[in-house]
Amino acid sequence: MVLLTAPATYADLVAARTQMALSLGWHIVLACLGVGMPAITLIAEWRGHRTGDAAYQLLARRWARAMGVLFAVGAVSGTILSFEMGLLWPGLMGVYGQVIGLPFAMEGVAFFIEAIFLGIYLYAWDRLSPVKHMLAGAPVMVAGVASAFFVVSANAWMQQPTGFDVAHGRIVAVDPWAAMFNPSTPPQTTHMILAAFMVAGFGIAAVYAVGMLRGRRDRYHRLGFLVPFTVAAVVTPAQLVVGDWAARFVADNQPIKLAAMEGLFQTGRGVPLSVGGIAVNGELRGAIEIPYGLSILAHGKPNAEVVGLDKVPPSDWPPVNIVHPAFDLMVGMGLALLLLSVWLGWAWWRRRDLPRSRWFLRAASLGGVAAVVALETGWTVTEVGRQPWIVYGVLRTADAVNPAPGLVWGSVLVFVVYVVLTVATVYVLRRLSRDSPAPAAPQEHDVAEYPVA
Amino acid sequence: MTLVDVILAFVWIGLTAYVLFAGADFGAGGWDLLAGGAERGREQRRLIEHSIGPVWEANHVWLIFVLVLLWTGVPPVFAAVFSTLYIPLTLAALGIIARGSAFAFRKVSTRLWQRRLFGATFAFSSVVTPFFLGTVAGAIASGRVPAGIARGNLVTSWLNPTSIVTGALAVGAGAYLAAVYLTRDAERAGSPELAEAFRRRGLVTGVAVGVVAAVGLVVLHADAPSLFAELTTGRALPLLILSVAAGLASLVLLWLRVFVAVRITAAATVVGLLWGWGVGQYPRLLPGVTARQAAATDAVLAATIGAVAVGALLLIPSLWWLYATFQRGQHETPASPSGQEST
Repeated sequence: MVLLTAPATYADLVAARTQMALSLGWHIVLACLGVGMPAITLIAEWRGHRTGDAAYQLLARRWARAMGVLFAVGAVSGTILSFEMGLLWPGLMGVYGQVIGLPFAMEGVAFFIEAIFLGIYLYAWDRLSPVKHMLAGAPVMVAGVASAFFVVSANAWMQQPTGFDVAHGRIVAVDPWAAMFNPSTPPQTTHMILAAFMVAGFGIAAVYAVGMLRGRRDRYHRLGFLVPFTVAAVVTPAQLVVGDWAARFVADNQPIKLAAMEGLFQTGRGVPLSVGGIAVNGELRGAIEIPYGLSILAHGKPNAEVVGLDKVPPSDWPPVNIVHPAFDLMVGMGLALLLLSVWLGWAWWRRRDLPRSRWFLRAASLGGVAAVVALETGWTVTEVGRQPWIVYGVLRTADAVNPAPGLVWGSVLVFVVYVVLTVATVYVLRRLSRDSPAPAAPQEHDVAEYPVA
Repeated sequence: MTLVDVILAFVWIGLTAYVLFAGADFGAGGWDLLAGGAERGREQRRLIEHSIGPVWEANHVWLIFVLVLLWTGVPPVFAAVFSTLYIPLTLAALGIIARGSAFAFRKVSTRLWQRRLFGATFAFSSVVTPFFLGTVAGAIASGRVPAGIARGNLVTSWLNPTSIVTGALAVGAGAYLAAVYLTRDAERAGSPELAEAFRRRGLVTGVAVGVVAAVGLVVLHADAPSLFAELTTGRALPLLILSVAAGLASLVLLWLRVFVAVRITAAATVVGLLWGWGVGQYPRLLPGVTARQAAATDAVLAATIGAVAVGALLLIPSLWWLYATFQRGQHETPASPSGQEST
């Protein structure tokens, strides 16, 4: 109680940001699996239904069970985020909550649809005909993608705030549709949805790659690898194009964020692309430079001008040593995954088979981690690159935070809960993948068949 | 009726659904806690899992719905409530995480120690979470959340007589609804002994909740006189009467084992209290802040109402299918082959 009488400190702001980053960074992985897994599971179920292949059927059931667990954890971790919007950022929500409310209301509907049909999909496996059952899965897939679109469009608004006017310190003349369909919405939502399919596809495939490396090369493992990996491999080249689009958008609309992503301190023409390096005293040291690279990538001309951090005061700089390495890491992981996809594509085109090299499976078993790293670093670029603004150019993060004292202690508690949650989730998923025999999806009569003692 | 009133009506409908459905899920978690040892409580836990497994996530979404409508429709009120009451709301949020994930984990766990651990987490947070959510309701009802960001007392705003009573009421109402719903579920599952056990619990908690609610009125009289006046002599009086009448009717129906009808009267008891509070407080949301003053612009309200209306067209048939699928006893088709193994 004594802690609560002290005024809020800078540490409280850091705690709030860390807590938000942790909760979002955690939820985003689950959300991606929630967007990507239903499609992958439905493909397996459909193939199983069409071919009568027991391996497909078992895969669909196993993935559905895992999806049930992941969705539950994703649903609750997502709920925490909607609490945290108010608990941590009342200065944002109290004023701008109405501007970004519409996409969240729609997300609420989409999420509701997802929860309803997932309940039916998971629990009514034995109550519906196969076709009806697959039809029950389709809304889960569609609503998952729609949810991602709505939520990310709200985030895109924080990057490109449009659709409102301020008069005498009050928000007036809100156009919620303009806010939702702000200029950043198309590139950001597309980039995120494709990322979700990559995380889900490479992530699930990695599990079976490990199994195959351990010598389990039966049809079950081959299909368990191939179905999700193919989905991800198809998406990856598209992601490269969309990523380029997103980066050009940032170059045109958030030049300071691009400067931080590239570690560019001085505005100039014919700017090289810097890979790696550390920012020290207003310059990037130790980077590998590709001549004219950045000018070409950002504006399509070798001599195009690229804005550097010198255009704004240092108090408006995002932390370069977080944003720049995060961006490099995201691009690097993306390219590595593209290479892996091409490798499989090549082998399949030549011999209708997986690449023979064990190195392929070794690389693929790291593919899931790589996709998650790309996801997290990409999200870091988006969110940290926007600092010190919570709403770009409009509201500073420090002015949005809850000024109540003691946020640090709340954050410590949240941190502990997330650690426990992570350990438990990983443990349960590992057990699920080994359960033998595998029950059908978690439908009610399982309870009777299982030792519940 | 202005646009913001429509949004507030949506909020209250969402809150009602959350209390009636998710509240009962929390209550079922509470009964899970009290079901006894692993062996003795097995049948009860099985029934609880069977009843809430397919629906708890959908039931839970009502809460998100309420939060989103609040920050969209009356943003300053959302900010004031969440910044001042961040302690109980953080605890409730952690409870929600612990509960939902532990329930999902228990569902797929086959070992006793795991089921015990996850089950205890699920059950314990099922009791704790509604308590903290209830204290938040008490804080708002007793006018302890001032307008502005973090202007209220961080501790006494939710640790006070009204909040304690509403917290207890939230826990009790959930337990009561759960007992009533589970009675019929047990009967349909062909387990008269379980139905009998939950009937006894429904009778006991029904009386207990009635006592707590009566105490609550006394506390309100001292602690939140204006709300008390509205409830007992003002516009909210009919709803209070509905609640009391439905509560008494429920006890009779439960006594007579009319398990389907009692679901409706039990729900009406809780709805009467909830809407009584809403009507009693309206149009004042926070001290000195009316709905009109806190409202978002008309363009936002209209767009949101439109989105919710379209959403409802999708949601109502979907929800109907969900509940219909699992309230029906018979399987539509035989189970497809399961348990093939290739690992």
